[in-house]
Amino acid sequence: MMIMVKGLRKAFRKHVVLDGIDLNVPQGSIFALLGPNGAGKTTTVQILSTLIRADAGQVQIAGHDLNKEAEAVRAVIGVTGQFSAVDNVLTGEENMMLMANLRQLQPKEGRRRTADLLQRFELTDAANKPASTYSGGMRRKLDLAMSLIGNPQLIFLDEPTTGLDPRSRKMLWDSIRTLASSGITILLTTQYLDEADRLADRVAVLDKGKLVVEGTPNELKRRMPGGHVQLEFADLPTLKQAAQLFDIAWDTHSDSADAHTLKVALTDTITSLRTILERLDMAAITITGLAVQTPTLDDVFLAYTAQSN
Amino acid sequence: MTTLSRNMSDTGTMFRRVLKHMQRNFGVTILPALFTPILMLVMMLNIFGNSVEDSGNLGSASYINYLTPGLILITAIYGVSGAAIRANTDMTQGIINRFRTMSIARISVLTGHVIGNVIITMLSISVILVLAVLTGFRPVMQADTLLAAFGLTLLMVIAVSWLAVAIGVSSKSPEGATGFLYIIYTVPFLSTAFVPAASMTPILAWFAENQPFSPMIDTLRALLTGGDDGARGLMAVGWCVVLTLVGYIWARLAYNRSSNV
Repeated sequence: MMIMVKGLRKAFRKHVVLDGIDLNVPQGSIFALLGPNGAGKTTTVQILSTLIRADAGQVQIAGHDLNKEAEAVRAVIGVTGQFSAVDNVLTGEENMMLMANLRQLQPKEGRRRTADLLQRFELTDAANKPASTYSGGMRRKLDLAMSLIGNPQLIFLDEPTTGLDPRSRKMLWDSIRTLASSGITILLTTQYLDEADRLADRVAVLDKGKLVVEGTPNELKRRMPGGHVQLEFADLPTLKQAAQLFDIAWDTHSDSADAHTLKVALTDTITSLRTILERLDMAAITITGLAVQTPTLDDVFLAYTAQSN
Repeated sequence: MTTLSRNMSDTGTMFRRVLKHMQRNFGVTILPALFTPILMLVMMLNIFGNSVEDSGNLGSASYINYLTPGLILITAIYGVSGAAIRANTDMTQGIINRFRTMSIARISVLTGHVIGNVIITMLSISVILVLAVLTGFRPVMQADTLLAAFGLTLLMVIAVSWLAVAIGVSSKSPEGATGFLYIIYTVPFLSTAFVPAASMTPILAWFAENQPFSPMIDTLRALLTGGDDGARGLMAVGWCVVLTLVGYIWARLAYNRSSNV
């Protein structure tokens, strides 16, 4: 395990931010901490990256105790925060060399890795321009490249794509995937479900300082009831007939719209879909359209964060 | 790597970073440090010079000889705004959090700013000294006293540099830091930098005699232009050490406090 967390607690004065969190992040995996604003995601990252101290709980990172061996932890991590931590006055290359020097790399090795990483993140052309002239996406990439220069085993990404345009987001996602495939463990926080769904091996949903659910994206989706199917009918009488058949109080409002549609819940996608179609067939009801909605991480997120509200 | 060599290496890295900042914002770096002392030199000499000399409080000394040691301190003090604002910008922007999550000598972030400020201020003081000599300043050319004057100047600059960094680190914004600096800017005016305490009202004279900068200026004046320092040399060095310690401890506390939000 790269990260082992047990009973993590943190309160700012009387406001409890983390109320006993357990986490296990295996080496080489991408772990996403998902949650609404104020759920405690950033606080968790700040504690795990040695920025602030927890009130209680045990944390081990790469086998080092977070409280007793903070320096050893710092030596193996890289952090890219929500607000990019680059030196605006320095150029991209100088920012990289600053990190290389602080990581005690030999100048030659520092220059080599700087050139490598700038190329990997497509920043070579902008290498000699001050970071203040970079776009949001470029700054985030430089930020990530700076975190990578010391060959960290673990990278914290706190809302890495917040505020980025879709193209930069995609590029950053690709970079994150490449990192993970090279064996680096990644803990990322995000408010975007599709981000967690696309990137993460495991997802934990954090709400009001507690982990409400944890698992692989598919596990979480499977735990949800099986989505729903939307049936469309030619006219109102047929719709009423179908509603009676499935014992559903159909929404009169939907009828005022052009389409005569009915939503039927699925307990499990394939078998119940077959049953529905068979029953319609037996009752000689024809449908003009059909759309299956499998559960998304959105459904999971809403279902679990709604419970505690 | 030992802690000491680690510390030196990180301090060197941070200092080179500060140097680049100073180079790229050269106007902001050097102009405030030079503008005020030059203005003072011109103003004081032309407006007050004659009346101070006529008052007889200086004895036979010329006003430029009286004024220059005070200007050295003014230059040191007006030069700190850059360091305070740079330190503040570091603290209020994301970069400090990156440094904090790295395995580096933490204090090097602050020491880098101090060293940068000391070097740029010593340069500014040299410029002011050249201007002073051009307008008639004639120091006593004696190796031991000149060396002592240089040493005391360096101590003074180190002291105000640590205070500046402390102000920068403990302020919530660059505006806040600047506001704080104005307090420090006014203190030399209530000192023996421009006129001897004897020519002031009793309350002002008492403050001017006893505030930290006056013994420094008086000692520097005695070293550079001869004459009596009122046996204030030890007090001058003592104040430098005290102010350096206050600045260092204050800066460190503010730096560590802000990390544990």
